[in-house]
Amino acid sequence: MNVETAMPYDEALDRYEPVLGLETHVELGTESKMFCGCKTTFGAPPNTQVCPTCLALPGSLPTANAVAIESTIRIGLALNCSIAEWCRFARKNYFYPDMPKNYQISQYDEPLCFDGYLDIEVDGKPVRIEIERVHLEEDTGKSTHVGGATGRIHGADYSIVDYNRAGIPLVEIVTKPIPGTDRLAPEVAKAYVTELREIMRSLGVSDVRMEEGSLRCDVNVSLMPRGSSEWGTRTETKNVNSLRSVERAVRSEIERQAAVLAGGGRIVQETRHFHEDTGSTTSGRSKEEAQDYRYFPEPDLVPIAPDRAWVAELKAALPELPSVKRKRLRAEWGLSELDMEAMHNADAIDLVEATVAAGAPAADARKWWMGELARRANESGSALAELPITPAQIARVTELVASGALNDKLAREVLEGVLAGEGAPDEVVEKRGLKIVNDEGELSAIVDQVIAGNADAADKVRSGKVAAAGALVGGVMKASRGKADAARARELILEKLGVSD
Amino acid sequence: MSLIHKTAAELGALIAAGEVSSVEVAEAHLDRMAEAEPKINAFLHVDRETTLAQARVVDDRLRSGERLGPLAGVPVAHKDIFATRDMPTTAASKILEGWRPPYDATVTGRLREAGLVILGKTNLDEFAMGSSTENSAYGVTRNPWDLTRVPGGSSGGSSAAVAAYEAPLSTGTDTGGSIRQPASVTGIVGMKPTYGGSSRYGLIAFASSLDTPGPFARNVLDAALLQEAFSGHDPLDSTSIDAPVPSVVEAARTADVAGMRIGVVKEFAGEGYQPGVLARFHEVVQLLESLGAKVVEVSCPSFATALPAYYLIAPSECSSNLARFDAMRYGLRVGDDGTRSAEEVMALTRAAGFGPEVKRRIMLGTYALSSGYYDAYYGQAQKVRTVISREFEAAFHQVDALVSPTTPTTAFPIGERADDPIAMYLADLCTIPSNLAGNAAISVPCGLADEDGLPVGLQIMAPVLGDDRCYRVGAAVEKALESRWGGGLLSKAPAL
Amino acid sequence: MSAITRDEVAHLARLSRLALTDDELDHYATQLGAIIESVAKVAEVAAEDVPPSSHALPLTNVFRADEVRPSLTPEQALSGAPAVEDDRFRVPRILGEEA
Repeated sequence: MNVETAMPYDEALDRYEPVLGLETHVELGTESKMFCGCKTTFGAPPNTQVCPTCLALPGSLPTANAVAIESTIRIGLALNCSIAEWCRFARKNYFYPDMPKNYQISQYDEPLCFDGYLDIEVDGKPVRIEIERVHLEEDTGKSTHVGGATGRIHGADYSIVDYNRAGIPLVEIVTKPIPGTDRLAPEVAKAYVTELREIMRSLGVSDVRMEEGSLRCDVNVSLMPRGSSEWGTRTETKNVNSLRSVERAVRSEIERQAAVLAGGGRIVQETRHFHEDTGSTTSGRSKEEAQDYRYFPEPDLVPIAPDRAWVAELKAALPELPSVKRKRLRAEWGLSELDMEAMHNADAIDLVEATVAAGAPAADARKWWMGELARRANESGSALAELPITPAQIARVTELVASGALNDKLAREVLEGVLAGEGAPDEVVEKRGLKIVNDEGELSAIVDQVIAGNADAADKVRSGKVAAAGALVGGVMKASRGKADAARARELILEKLGVSD
Repeated sequence: MSLIHKTAAELGALIAAGEVSSVEVAEAHLDRMAEAEPKINAFLHVDRETTLAQARVVDDRLRSGERLGPLAGVPVAHKDIFATRDMPTTAASKILEGWRPPYDATVTGRLREAGLVILGKTNLDEFAMGSSTENSAYGVTRNPWDLTRVPGGSSGGSSAAVAAYEAPLSTGTDTGGSIRQPASVTGIVGMKPTYGGSSRYGLIAFASSLDTPGPFARNVLDAALLQEAFSGHDPLDSTSIDAPVPSVVEAARTADVAGMRIGVVKEFAGEGYQPGVLARFHEVVQLLESLGAKVVEVSCPSFATALPAYYLIAPSECSSNLARFDAMRYGLRVGDDGTRSAEEVMALTRAAGFGPEVKRRIMLGTYALSSGYYDAYYGQAQKVRTVISREFEAAFHQVDALVSPTTPTTAFPIGERADDPIAMYLADLCTIPSNLAGNAAISVPCGLADEDGLPVGLQIMAPVLGDDRCYRVGAAVEKALESRWGGGLLSKAPAL
Repeated sequence: MSAITRDEVAHLARLSRLALTDDELDHYATQLGAIIESVAKVAEVAAEDVPPSSHALPLTNVFRADEVRPSLTPEQALSGAPAVEDDRFRVPRILGEEA
């Protein structure tokens, strides 16, 4: 691998200004493929989800999936796009063994959705990302390279191809060039893809699992010298497959391009590949050898003319979008922007919302998810949502605390039990015997015992130093192994010592 | 009269009445094929057992009281461009030699459902590109009227098989005239239905926006019966029309043009037209008048640019449609010696597997779609297409149907135009406008040219979904001419 | 002067994945040149304000319900393949990168 020099990020940004562009591919979660009735299940045995159409057998024809069209329009509407009144599919012609027809059915100069935008927030500042187009196309098959170095295409002896993925609907979302992000370019790129992913989830159109390739990102970066207004040559880094990688790819490409430019070199317009292990990109096929895709309208499919009333209905039925929802919840929950952003970054908002919906006060729900549970998720290296506990269970715990049946310390023990698989909160309370002591007789006996054993403290209280009661309450808690109701214990102590607050 | 000389309608009636079995009819045709094929070479694939097995199934279905259509048990020759599960499907190309599809084309399936018995797969110009069947990778088919001449193309195997009494019916596909022109030069009936009226699913694509499956027969009624059997909406073909099939059989039985307005296309005459062809055409125009039609001259000036537009649109689509023949998933693979790349193997295979005409059209189409040329060629051709559709529309405001010679000449000698693509392309001069506009058009025999004694065809063009008008006019002409001739035109053909 | 040069034909052949010999390139340069000249007549139709037609008929909005239909078996899918390995299509080594 060619190791290229990089300029430290801060220096690169002192000298150059980046312009970004992002092309995101989202595999739709339809039941059947884009142009045929084959299943779309991920990870099925090879070539079990193929038919004459997605194998491009002679004579086969495509038929367009209605749900895929609808989903694409919904995505376009969520991204504030105009929806085409009339548009066509087009064939993009190029030969490649994992593309059965040797053309991809895509859209060219007539995308379904165009001219939209997405507002995101980075570092508390709003950034508007302009969307150039949203169009629908089909995915390719998957090649495995055999022989040569481990599974790499270069040096392989031959390849074997599975076409299960060929023809799965793919929505491509292309931004307009994004200037003016300055030092925040990597964060802006990541925030944009994050927001896009949440929109897809809220629309229910894709499972957007980057690790399974159902959301893939191509990152375009160019640099221009500070003070210049002429954009530089851009590179396109392909298939960046995690949110962190989006950020790293932008950063590393800025550092690499800056080094090239500063050394008097020029940037080649090319495709580059991002490597997770090194966090850097390497050169792929040069785009300078003109790619002539010979686009023309797909004659096997008829034009799409979305009915205006139907588009209006789809728009009216869009779910509340994630950013709008965050604003609303922030207001409802009375949180600062910083708190909300922390929850967003921790992927906690939906969980807190669900916990509130299950009856918990917002503050409590947030306290548990962002405190104890975030700590545990962090320890186990898993996402919050993957913890084996449900929002309803958290809500039940807050209810038990509110009713006085548990205190915070006991509640933490209950959560620990739930996470350990001991059952629902009530079962854990039962099994571990965690109920607060609120039997007056029992508590009174413990209080008597503690007063007798702490004569000094008791005397101080009797002489009016009410603050000394704290030590006695601590004694009661200790003696009850945390299960006493501290407030009631204090009342009893004061009563028995004949003083009042 | 022997079974092979009967019409498809007669055979269907005899089989339905139990007077003859489907197996007997199939055997009669297989025997005829054994005799004629060494001279004609209409078929690329025949398997006696597969054919007889189908016939036995139909006989059983009929015996068990199942009600099948009017063509149940009747044999049909099937153009080898339709996918068939039980027979090889090659499009007459080396690149698909021996390929057996794991599925049936919609047209194939409908033939089977209607109880037709597929006799075999017929020869064609490779991937339906040609007007003579000389572009087949498996040898030329000969015209039963004169074995030194072509049977037309691309569906030349289908036209020759019917003209030589090897089959009463056959299927074809018409992209620029590939049914009408071979029908014309072999003295039979060939119909290009309205585009989208018959399904393209399982038809190996040449030019998707033009390809149209249609029937061949020795008379107008049989052609209508066959069209009805395989037509109609197909959800697997997005360009298929979701509307009832025009009542073509009824129209073929009506055979009456009294009161119809018929237009003669002024532009289809003059230089390049054989005098004998024009003479027969003018006679048939007079005949139509004598049958009570009102004949007027209609001008469609843009039809002159239909041919160049077609030779941009069809190659453009074909350059993309044929990209799938790449040696990766099916078909021929050449040069895979373990050192060559996929890219090299693709290029070697395609060079070895495609014939010269196919290569020419792929490169022409690639050129027409290239950036820098698209607007001047493909884009402009699509505008011409619009203009031609508009001229048809205007013409059909004036008249119910248009007529012209089907093709400017009679069957030309084998080899005459093989090295002159442009001369070859002229064979489709009169047929192409209807492919560009998608409307219905039929060719029916109208006599023999005086110069060479070879068949001349009359083309009848009707509006989109006006297929029934083609049959109505065609049947009227057929009825009048046959009474004049004392039988069908084929009765004048020399014995093989 | 032909309407198309030999180098252009070579480029078209590369784009179309056709391994042509030198003789073939010469032959096709002549033939394609003649054909291109003859089809250039389409430019004569004044069609400035005419919309192009990509389809024969003006159909729109033909969709399929998002329903699963049976696939082929792997045996059927691979039945025509020139080479097979592990239920996959075996193909010669692939040059370059995915476009």
